[in-house]
Amino acid sequence: MKKTVERIPVQKTYKLYIGGAFPRTESGRFYRVEDGRGKLLANMCQASRKDLRNAVVAARKAFSGWAGRSAYNRGQILYRVAEILETRRDQFVAELKSQGLPIAAARGEVNQSIEQLVYYAGWADKYQQVFSTVNPVSSSHFNFSILEPTGVVGILAPATPSLLGIIATMAPVVCGGNSCVVLASETKPLCSITLAEVLETSDFPAGVVNILTGSHSELLEQFATHMDINAIVYCGDDPTGLRVVQEGASLNVKRIVHCTDTAPTDPYRILDVQEVKTTWHPIGA
Amino acid sequence: MAKKKKPTLNFATDWSYAPAPESTDHVEIENRYDLFIGGKFVPPSKGNYFNTINPATEKRLSSVAEAEKTDVNRAVKAARTAYDKYWSKLTATERGKYIFRIARVLQERAREFAVIESLDGGKPIRESRDVDVPLAAAHFFYYAGWADKLEYAFPGRTTEPVGVAAQVIPWNFPLLMAAWKIAPALAAGNTVVLKPAETTPLTALKLAELLRDIDLPPGVVNIVTGAGDTGAALVNHPGIDKVAFTGSTAVGKTIQKAVAGTGKKYTLELGGKAANIVFEDAAIDQAVEGIVNGIFFNQGHVCCAGSRLFVQESIHDEVVDRLKDRMETLIVGDPLDKNTDIGAINSKMQLKRINAYLKIGTAEGADLYQSTCAVPKKGYWCRPSLFLNASQSHRIVQEEIFGPVLAVQTFRTVDEAISKANNTPFGLSAGVWSDKGAKVFKVSNQMRAGVVWANTFNKFDPSSPFGGYKESGVGREGGVHGLLPYVRLT
Repeated sequence: MKKTVERIPVQKTYKLYIGGAFPRTESGRFYRVEDGRGKLLANMCQASRKDLRNAVVAARKAFSGWAGRSAYNRGQILYRVAEILETRRDQFVAELKSQGLPIAAARGEVNQSIEQLVYYAGWADKYQQVFSTVNPVSSSHFNFSILEPTGVVGILAPATPSLLGIIATMAPVVCGGNSCVVLASETKPLCSITLAEVLETSDFPAGVVNILTGSHSELLEQFATHMDINAIVYCGDDPTGLRVVQEGASLNVKRIVHCTDTAPTDPYRILDVQEVKTTWHPIGA
Repeated sequence: MAKKKKPTLNFATDWSYAPAPESTDHVEIENRYDLFIGGKFVPPSKGNYFNTINPATEKRLSSVAEAEKTDVNRAVKAARTAYDKYWSKLTATERGKYIFRIARVLQERAREFAVIESLDGGKPIRESRDVDVPLAAAHFFYYAGWADKLEYAFPGRTTEPVGVAAQVIPWNFPLLMAAWKIAPALAAGNTVVLKPAETTPLTALKLAELLRDIDLPPGVVNIVTGAGDTGAALVNHPGIDKVAFTGSTAVGKTIQKAVAGTGKKYTLELGGKAANIVFEDAAIDQAVEGIVNGIFFNQGHVCCAGSRLFVQESIHDEVVDRLKDRMETLIVGDPLDKNTDIGAINSKMQLKRINAYLKIGTAEGADLYQSTCAVPKKGYWCRPSLFLNASQSHRIVQEEIFGPVLAVQTFRTVDEAISKANNTPFGLSAGVWSDKGAKVFKVSNQMRAGVVWANTFNKFDPSSPFGGYKESGVGREGGVHGLLPYVRLT
């Protein structure tokens, strides 16, 4: 009997996401990601210090344009990410499942990711109203304090949840007008680069979100000591890692946010990477 | 065409003022001050004292205790006990009433505090009388009212105090910085160990007397005097929950590194190199006043001083001429004289640092101009100074001098002004001068700085948040945002 030849699937190459493009790591290094039975899922790029620097350059270049977008526009773009993620739910569920998550949990994580995007999309044009102040100074001045984004934010995403971990940290950061460089879950990185494809088709300007895959222990200190990163969101639960980040941060007085739980939605996460700017205008003719 | 000779003004003879010194009769300074721990003045464990002098006369004012590690231990323990046993159990309303008391008694004793501030720190009495002391009182009054209203400060959240706050303050606004630190800490329910700067400890110690007089429970505020080692012992003490520091960026970075991995909260209010941008459509006379206020206020010992002047090219010569004229009228001398504009440089060390920068600027190729005023023979003085033809790469443009030294640069377009102004690791403050409203909003919007003064400079208010972007610090002091560093949100 003649055996039917099965269709050979076309496999995806997972690359980095820097400045709106998908380059391979400049270092040419990779690391294996396997499923539970040791079968190869992907050869992930092992990003180097140079990749990080390129990503920070891209993020810096994108920052002022993104911060200058209207809050309404930023909200719509975040919402657009939710829309596209929704249409690609199955792909994300499959990726999470292939990396060992039970199907129900995988579905739950994708759902929660979408909900968080919608949640922060809605905050984009509201947090300023809730947290700004007009200050009743004693002199004859009109004085107000508004929030402005801190700048380029490094995000060291948690090992798990690998998709929600990125969404829950990245969404409030970019909602507030910052740009960011994300280092994805080292052991479960597939969704991060697939998410990059979603971001790339969501009207995000190039460089607002950059995503790297690779070794956290290798890149931790590079993130912490980079002189053009203004803040770091650290999701690790390792006290030594946190100390390394905080020590390195002192080189240029980075703001450090330690995020230990990516489940809750919270406007104060937007505030974590905002600066308060106070302006004085004299009242007079 | 022959160049017309400009008429010159003779400030030396036509603008003289009779001396008008503030009297020191009503001021009592003890011969020696101990540490204020647990509501009492206690001698330091090793019995060491250091002198604090009047920088205008170089004469000793008093001796102050040097707190050793053991003393810092005692102070932290006292603060912890006060927190656990009393302050955290007190109702918020009662807590607020104590802080209101501080404000009111400070107002009653305002003149005394102002005179001591000028004696110990060298700042003109006009400033300590009209700025430092009234603002310090206003700060206590403002935060007193917050104590029982914290549930309105952070929507959707409730607050808890952090615990024991370690606060290290600088010598440029000694009492005011103590108020900035202590008032929000107490209002939010924390207890405090404060370390004043070693060259200006007296008003903090007078404040300690005041706190004792108003029956603030023992240990709620402890004041330990000393130099850098005392500060380090306090910041590194395992018994504290929070560090609040105002001072140089270099020390701030050391502190941020030191608290890494400890879980201590921290706020840092660090150095600056503010751009003061004058556009050709500005009201020039007002701008010149603003430039003078921006850099010569408090001898330029101001972290948010407008130390980089950017003048639009078309008006450069006119602005510089008027600025030089105005500088000639500034009176440098006795801080206690009510006519004095610029007092004494705070310390010999700081004067040395400023003089070093005057040499550096000249060596770098900028043109130094100083007013021709006479300065007293004794004491530490620096004439109002400006560097013309400074450029972005000069150290006098990049580094904080913390003295009455202004670096002048020019620009042609709005975008050039913005990019030059932001081209610094600092981001504390900025000034914008223009009569065009839309331009003022655009430029102030583009400044990467925590405080922007539009057509004014160096204004402060307890309700107005203050603090830096980038390497100028983390966190805000003042206003509702100034409560955040002193609470945990739950």
